[in-house]
Parts: sequence; C-alpha cells; structure tokens
Amino acid sequence: MAEHHEGEIDKVSGRTTTGHEWDGIQELNTPLPRWWILTFYACIIWSIGYWIVYPSWPLVQGYLPGLLHSSSRADVAVELANLDAVRGGKMKALATTPLADIEKDPALLAMARAKGKVVFGDNCAPCHGSGAAGAKGFPNLNDDDWLWGGSLEQIMQTIQYGARSGNDEGHQGQMLAFGQSGTLTKEQIVTVANYVRSLSGLSTRPGVDLAAGKTIFEENCVACHGDNAKGNQELGAPNLTDKIWLYGSDEATIIETVTNGRAGVMPAWTGRLDLATIKAMAVYVHSLGGGK
Amino acid sequence: MNKPLLPTDLQPDDGIQLYEAQKKIYPQSVSGTFRRIKWYLMAFCLGVYYLLPFVRWNRGLGAPDQAVLIDLPNSRFYFFFIELWPQEIYYFTGLLIVAAVTLFLMNSLGGRVWCGYLCPQTVWTDLFFTVERMIEGDRRERMKKAAEGFTLQRGAELVLKHSIWLLIAWWTGGAWVLYFSDAPTLMKELVTFQAPMIAYIWIGILTCTTYLLAGFMREQVCVYMCPWPRIQAALTDEWALNVTYKYDRGETRTSLKKAAQLRARGETVGDCVDCNQCVAVCPTGIDIRDGAQLDCIQCGLCIDACDSVMKKVGRETRLIGYDNDINIHRRMEGKPEIFKPVRSRTLVYSALILGIGAIMTYALLTRSLLDVNVLHDRNPLAVRLSDGSIRNGYTMRFLNKRGFDRVVAVDVEGPPNAVVHIIGTDSITPDRPMIILGRDATTELRVLVTSNTEADLPKSMPVTFHVTDIGLGEVTSTKDVFVTPETR
Ligand code: SF4
Ligand code: SF4
Repeated sequence: MAEHHEGEIDKVSGRTTTGHEWDGIQELNTPLPRWWILTFYACIIWSIGYWIVYPSWPLVQGYLPGLLHSSSRADVAVELANLDAVRGGKMKALATTPLADIEKDPALLAMARAKGKVVFGDNCAPCHGSGAAGAKGFPNLNDDDWLWGGSLEQIMQTIQYGARSGNDEGHQGQMLAFGQSGTLTKEQIVTVANYVRSLSGLSTRPGVDLAAGKTIFEENCVACHGDNAKGNQELGAPNLTDKIWLYGSDEATIIETVTNGRAGVMPAWTGRLDLATIKAMAVYVHSLGGGK
Repeated sequence: MNKPLLPTDLQPDDGIQLYEAQKKIYPQSVSGTFRRIKWYLMAFCLGVYYLLPFVRWNRGLGAPDQAVLIDLPNSRFYFFFIELWPQEIYYFTGLLIVAAVTLFLMNSLGGRVWCGYLCPQTVWTDLFFTVERMIEGDRRERMKKAAEGFTLQRGAELVLKHSIWLLIAWWTGGAWVLYFSDAPTLMKELVTFQAPMIAYIWIGILTCTTYLLAGFMREQVCVYMCPWPRIQAALTDEWALNVTYKYDRGETRTSLKKAAQLRARGETVGDCVDCNQCVAVCPTGIDIRDGAQLDCIQCGLCIDACDSVMKKVGRETRLIGYDNDINIHRRMEGKPEIFKPVRSRTLVYSALILGIGAIMTYALLTRSLLDVNVLHDRNPLAVRLSDGSIRNGYTMRFLNKRGFDRVVAVDVEGPPNAVVHIIGTDSITPDRPMIILGRDATTELRVLVTSNTEADLPKSMPVTFHVTDIGLGEVTSTKDVFVTPETR
C-alpha cells in the first residue's frame, strides 16, 4: 500500500523522502538534473511539433494530413516512378535487341532473366510450376524435350501465340481420340500402347504382339509422330522414343491417351504482355537449361 | 555522493524539488604518475584519431590508397592490408565481442580503467579542461572569476576559451568525415565548399556534440547518461582494483597540527590530514573518502593529489590508491595484503579474448579472395533429359575480391560423367566453361551440371565445384548436392 508521509527524512542518506511508501520502503527525493528535465520538456514540445507537421489524428473520413502533407504512399509512388525511369533504358534495349544477341550481353541477360523470372512467376507458374518443372500434362521447361521447339525463336513464338489457344498464329496440332472415334478397337489400342512403350525401352505386357502394334502404329500414327516415332515439332507431336512423357509412360496412361486424345492449351500472351516482357520471358525459359 | 549524516544533523530541506541544478566543478590541476599516464594516453588517442585518415596505403591502381577508409558508396571497408566486403561484417561482430570481453577483463583487473583513461568523453573533457585552465587559470582563479562577475578581460577570456573549444570540436567532426572519403581530396573540397552536403552536416553534428559534451555536460555524461557505470557494477568483484581511500589507514582524519599533537601524546591518528586536495582535483567533484561510488570514473587523479600531500607531510604515499575492500579488512585484521590478478574470472576472459582473436585472425588470413557461393535449384530439384541423363541447375555467385579482372574455369567433380555448362558463357575448351570476373565485383551465373550414366544414382550425392583462377592458379572449391529425379 502506498502511504503518504510528507517531508520525512531518510536516516541513512540524510535526504528527504517524497513521502511515498510501499510496504515499508520509502522513496527518496532524488531530483533529476535540470538539463535532463529541460530535455524532457523539449522532447514534449518537439512531439507536439510532429503532430502539427506530420499526419496525426484519424478523422471520420481519412486523417489529419499535417502541414507537410507527408504520405508514405505518395513517396512509394515517386520511388517506383524513379525506378521505372532508371529501368526504362534497359527495357527499351530489351525490346530492340535481336533475341539471339540478348544472351551475348551479360548485363542484358541478367536483366532479362531477372525480369523473366518475375513475369514467369506471375503468369506461367500456375501451369508450369514456380520453377518451370511442369506437371502431368504441363511440360517441364527445364528438360531438353520440346513439343514445339526449344530454340529461342521457337520458345518466343510459343509464348506469343500459344498452342490451341484460339489465336490464328498459334500451334494447332492435336492428338486424336482413336478410341472415341472408333478408329481403333480396344485390343488394338492395348497393342499399340505396348508397342509405343517398347520404343523407349520400357517393358511390355507379356503376350502382346509387338509386330501387330508396329503395323497399327504405321497405319495410324506415323503421319504425326513420324516414321521413326521421333515426333514432329511442326505439329507438336512428341518424340515417343525418349525418356520424357508429358502425361505419363505407364500402360494405362498411354491407353487413355490413345483412346481419348490430348489437347492441352497454352494461352497466347501477345496482347497481354508487351514485347520486351515476352522476350525477357523467352530468354528466361531458354536459360532454364532446356533451350536448344 | 552525500556523506552519511548523523541523525542529529538531519534538517528537513526545502521539500520536494523537481530538478537539481548542475553543480559547477572546478577541478584543480595535479601532477603525478597517473596524470602522466593520462597525458600520454590522451596524446596517443587524439593522435590516432586526428591523423589516421592521412596515413596512405598502396593497394594498386584504381583502389583507394587510404589506410583506413569506410567506403560507403561502394560498400567496402579498408583497414591497412584488409579489405572487407559487406557480407564479411562478422569480422566487426567478432571485433565487438573481443572489445566487450576486453572491457570485462579490464574491469575485473582494474575497475573502470576504461572510463578513467580511454573513454572519448574522458579524453575530450580532459582536453577541454586543459584549455580552460590555460586561459582562465587554475581552480582558485576560476572560482574567484566566477564569483566576481563580468569584466572586459573576463569576456575576452571566455570568447577565447569558447573559440578554442569550438575549434577543437569542429576539427573533431572534420576528422570524423575524413574516414569516409579520401582525406586530402575531401579536405580540399571542404575548404572550397565543394564537399557533399552530408559531410558538412556530420561535421556540424559532431561539432555540436563535442562542444556540448566535453565543454558543458562533462561529468554529467558519466553520472546520468552513460549506462556503463551501472553495468560495471555488475561486472566488478571484490578482487578488482579500484581507486580506493584506505580508511583503515586514513581514519581518524584530523588536521596536520592536531595530528602532530595527538601523536606526540602517543595516541594513534589516521594519515589523512583532511586537506581536501583529493576533492579539489576530482573531475566529477566527489569525495573518494566516502567510499566506492558510481560518480567515480577511476581517473586516479586523487591518488596523485594525495601522494603529493603525503610526501609533504612525510607519510607513506598511496593513502588513496588502487586497492580493494578485501585488503582493507585484511590490514585491519593485521594480515598481509593480497592481490590476485589471476583468478577464474580473468582466466576465462583472457581465454575468450585469445580464442576469439585467434579464430578471427585465422579466418582473416586464410579467407579467400575468390569466393564462390552455390545455390541449388529448389524447383525442380533435378531434371531428366530425353536421353535419360540427369541434370541439376544451380545459381553460382562469384566474388572477385582482387583489384583486377580474372579469368576462372569451372570444373565439377562427383556425379559420374559430370559435364558443366554455364548459361551466357562460351566454353574455350569443351565442357570447361571460362568466365571473366570483373575486379572487385560479384558475378552471378546459372550453372547446369549434367550426369550421363547407365548406373542407378543415389537420391542425392555430393558434387564439388572447383573454380580455378587461370592466371594465379588459385583454386576455390565449394560443395553442394546432386539430386536424382523421381521417374514420372
Ligand atoms: S574520485 Fe579520484 S579517481 Fe574517482 S573520479 Fe575523482 S579523482 Fe578520479
Ligand atoms: S588528499 Fe589525502 S590527505 Fe588530503 S584529504 Fe584527500 S585523502 Fe586526506
């Protein structure tokens, strides 16, 4: 309990007490130095100055702006505008430099990769993954297998116009639904699926007639996938002899693919992103490691 | 602080006060051992501070030739043969730790020796006191002048004193900014008003603080503003040597005359002749005879003052000296004094200083001037290529800390048949990428490592990157992992 005994004197120190006592412990009157008190008052006055000069009180709508009308939001806007001005030159250089020369200029390459990475994260990551590793049905852009071609120009082309995107200049090929259309019977599909697996060295179901599969393949598939099943980038027909499978390499998946067909869509980005941005993206994707 | 009063002395004072006015202190000049040590240390500290920016150090073409330079725009710190990059800031951390432990060690040996001899506040206040004394005279004269009030001569003296104070303060700020830029150039710019605004602002700030702290605040800084006296109380132990009035020897204090009479009668009296010299010289204005106290900065000046008195009256010196409570009690019990500088506390502190110092020196001497950091791609961790080989992507950052361009080659070791390719570089020899690293700069590149093997690789295996400086043969190696993808 705080008790009050005004003006008592502490026997040990000889000082007066403030008269405050807590559980028998008395508070000595030890005044602060004058400069300390004055500094304290000066700080209070200074803080009042802050109220007047800077935004302080919340009002019903908005807030008191203060004499300086200072606003962090406006400051950020200015900073961003400055940044744009600084980067403007490089973005222009990106737009005008021929695609093939960007990778030869380390500064421009670094810029394109940085920019491309951000734009990729915003626009492409939902399908291809944040690191462009892809997923079932969405190509991995880090590997060296390209449906529509992996040169800088080809990547650029694909980003610009897409595949089956509805854009006239986009890629158009598709995998036909041989089962649905009745072109192939169920047994034929199983046979050809096993033949396709054998092309890339995968095991086949015992008892399947691979020679018959070869015949079915030659009659129905070579038009797109080519005589040696190496695919055709004009049509987006995948190479069936390599180790990379967009939808999966197990028998069931291949049967599903042959029965129902595949027609994944890559949107066209031209019109949505400017040329420099698309170029940056192409360079970034190319530099991921899969680019030819 | 206040001498304990007997209850009968107690008089209620004016009641509660809001503040206490600063007591003006007029320390008297003194000479003796500790004063001499303080002169030397002052000369040394000020000399280092004011002159160091002008020391040159040749680092080759294009690099700054200032021995100690904090190059903020380029984020480099130069200290003689050492050049530190921002990410090597841990050397400063280490230095701060060593400094802290050194303070602890000093404290356990000799109390607040830092405060009394080396603290900038002490050094500059001492310097300002010296100026004051030269112009206004010693303690008595100053007190008299202060009491007499204003005369023309007094005015002239004050103008002179404050001008010199301001000059010192200004030059203190001036020396400060010289550490952040080429000193001779900045000097020229400063006098021709070409220097950047920030330099003038800093000079202004440091001029004000020096003038205020060393000219006016003085002991108030030590007593009210500095946290160190509070901390050191927790660090000190009963063995630490502090400036101590040996009351076992000094009491009962009495005047010289009275003491002689009492001694003649065969009575025992103390050695202190109550001349108050120790109080007169004290820069914080305290009476050390009241015992150890927070306001004492341990400058040792009262020791010098008392020693000269003791010599005059023909008694043994060091009535005030570096001593501790243990010895006071031992002497009273008739036991010999003991001093124990080697104690577990000091041993631990010394070991810490030596240990950290050794680690830092080793790290500094063996640190590589070509640093390579590798960051493995997180997504995807690994990629299978169409021919079945496996590729991992990395981001590599090269730090060339030398003052010239270098050509380095990158090799990898670990995964079978490993081949390295770096985006944006041409390989001079097949599969051995060469990179040009700009001088004193960082380069960040994307690196692909491909392993082509029939064998089943483990999920993860170590991979080592060797970066070889083609010219110097310097090799820096760094390790990471090589990951095998899951088959889809
Ligand atoms: S009491 Fe002695 S050691 Fe302490 S500050 Fe005063 S003069 Fe210096
Ligand atoms: S200087 Fe020495 S003798 Fe004089 S008062 Fe101080 S302790 Fe006593």
